[in-house]
Amino acid sequence: MPRGSSLRDDVAKWAVVAINSLSRLTSRGSGTVIGGRVGLALAPQLLANLAQRRQVILVSGTNGKTTTSAMIAAGWGGDVATNDTGSNMAAGLVAALAASKSRSAVLEVDESWLAHVAQATSARTITLLNLSRDQLDRANEVRQIAERWRVLLADAKETDVIANANDPLVVYAAELAASVAWCDVPTPWTTDAVSCPHCTQPLHFTEASWWCDCGFAKPSDVVTTLREGLVVRGTPLVLALKLPGAFNEANAAMALTALSLVGADMTAALARVNALTNVAGRFSLRRWRGHLLRLLLAKNPAGFAAMLVTLERDDSNVWVAINARVADGHDPSWLYDVPFEMLRGHRVFCFGDRRLDLATRLDYANVDYVVVSDDTSIPVSPGPVALLANYTAFQEWRARSSAC
Amino acid sequence: MLTIGLLYPELLGTYGDGGNALVLAERARRRRLDVEVISVGIDDDVPDASIYLLGGGEDGPQRLGADLLRRSTFPLRVRDGRYVLAVCAGLQILGTSFAVEGDDEYEGLGLVDVVTHRGERRSVGDLVVRVNERLLVGFENHGGRTTLGPGVEPFGVVERGRGNDGTVDGYTTSTVWASYAHGPVLAMNPWFADEVLERVLGRELAPLPTVADQLYEERRALLAR
Ligand SMILES: [Zn+2]
Repeated sequence: MPRGSSLRDDVAKWAVVAINSLSRLTSRGSGTVIGGRVGLALAPQLLANLAQRRQVILVSGTNGKTTTSAMIAAGWGGDVATNDTGSNMAAGLVAALAASKSRSAVLEVDESWLAHVAQATSARTITLLNLSRDQLDRANEVRQIAERWRVLLADAKETDVIANANDPLVVYAAELAASVAWCDVPTPWTTDAVSCPHCTQPLHFTEASWWCDCGFAKPSDVVTTLREGLVVRGTPLVLALKLPGAFNEANAAMALTALSLVGADMTAALARVNALTNVAGRFSLRRWRGHLLRLLLAKNPAGFAAMLVTLERDDSNVWVAINARVADGHDPSWLYDVPFEMLRGHRVFCFGDRRLDLATRLDYANVDYVVVSDDTSIPVSPGPVALLANYTAFQEWRARSSAC
Repeated sequence: MLTIGLLYPELLGTYGDGGNALVLAERARRRRLDVEVISVGIDDDVPDASIYLLGGGEDGPQRLGADLLRRSTFPLRVRDGRYVLAVCAGLQILGTSFAVEGDDEYEGLGLVDVVTHRGERRSVGDLVVRVNERLLVGFENHGGRTTLGPGVEPFGVVERGRGNDGTVDGYTTSTVWASYAHGPVLAMNPWFADEVLERVLGRELAPLPTVADQLYEERRALLAR
């Protein structure tokens, strides 16, 4: 566990900041990961030392980490150390902490890194959003992640866990923790938890609950509910988010629960969470060759399904960009788990390295599509066009477009 | 009427495997055939179907899937000559036994003389298999090493990736196709989708050009050595 800061750590910390600035200046990279990697190589205890004497909130789960972390950081108010670029493995966390002296830190953590980071940072507050399949060709299978979280939390006697009561894999992970604030928030995607994590029998789901014949069930002692309205640990709060989508309301409910557990001023926190308009470029409006684009990041079936719901009402053109590089996972077969049928009535422009995989998926869904190549002319829409992109495609489009 | 039985998509659908049902159904519908896709849930009986599809799953769901199928009418129907396309975990379930976490020998359905042990390492990546004169392109992600019993025909010869053991992939009988190329393998290989349809329907089909042909050519050009 953390020891006093040594000269070696100070050098490493300086190196992180210096290398990151250099990397940004020479625009060799986004300026977060490379510095962190160097720092970690210089001092393995760096993460522990950087986290010392700070109040750390960790956020993990398959979808909503970046948004929920941004909500917690904004809601807490003032200067908060946070990895808001989405670099969520050790190197990115080190970079974020080295860049800020704030006593408050919010870190989104890759699911596979959670145990390591929780131990290194001695985090007393851990927020667990959901677990579903994501980049299966490189990540561990979701049940193994739930198992590792369970081992971690069973031992974390002084940790407050904020956990989604509607995700059976999250409940399995958190049920042995000493202190859990269960959140009853809408969680439409439970496809990855149809068989019980305890006994593998089928789970039963109803509108309001879920259970297994072996006794494993949705926790009854929920403290936060988001149904007719939001109630956070007994206090009704009026959510009026600027960010779109029901999934962001669920993220806000969990963010506000975490904030209430660290003693934040809830009236001010709510106002600041409501006022958030974009998160690390997500949901932001950009320009590209005369087109006005709303950039939406969706990395996996659950994320895509949540985004597609928000597009259902109109008949505008939609752009979708799909890559399958290392950070995306090399296997785009998950496209067949995305309910693209919801885009019938739209014309979809297909971009990215795997635009033919996307076009084939849309063709079989009977959705009107155009495979975009360099000489494709794309009509300019009167309103903003929704551009859904997976991870590296999203980064490409942010770099290629300009702010409004 | 062509009926496609998609077996336990909640358990055995980890890698977009439901895509195979969609592709078969669409390619049949576009040739003006009557098609019904029956998605068989874990609480449902296995209904009669022209062809059954079995996909991939994690260890727990794979065990549950095998148990449910063992207790169902599925083995009888397969012995009775119904067609099956099985990928990944589905390939293992049809065999005599397979290895999953905690059990080195979990009992399969025993429909084909095939045994799967735990491989030394996971096989993850692009898979290219030569099936007769054609190349099948796909993606594999599994931890198994599958051995075929005497007289069991492999599905094809591995040109890239691992398949069963680095040399051959899957197996095939007069009514079963089994491959480690998971998920929407029929989406990436329209020729194979049509071969399956023709066999199940018992007649030749007219060509059906779609964007999937371009996808197949692109992947084949990229992956074939
Ligand atoms: Zn159970």
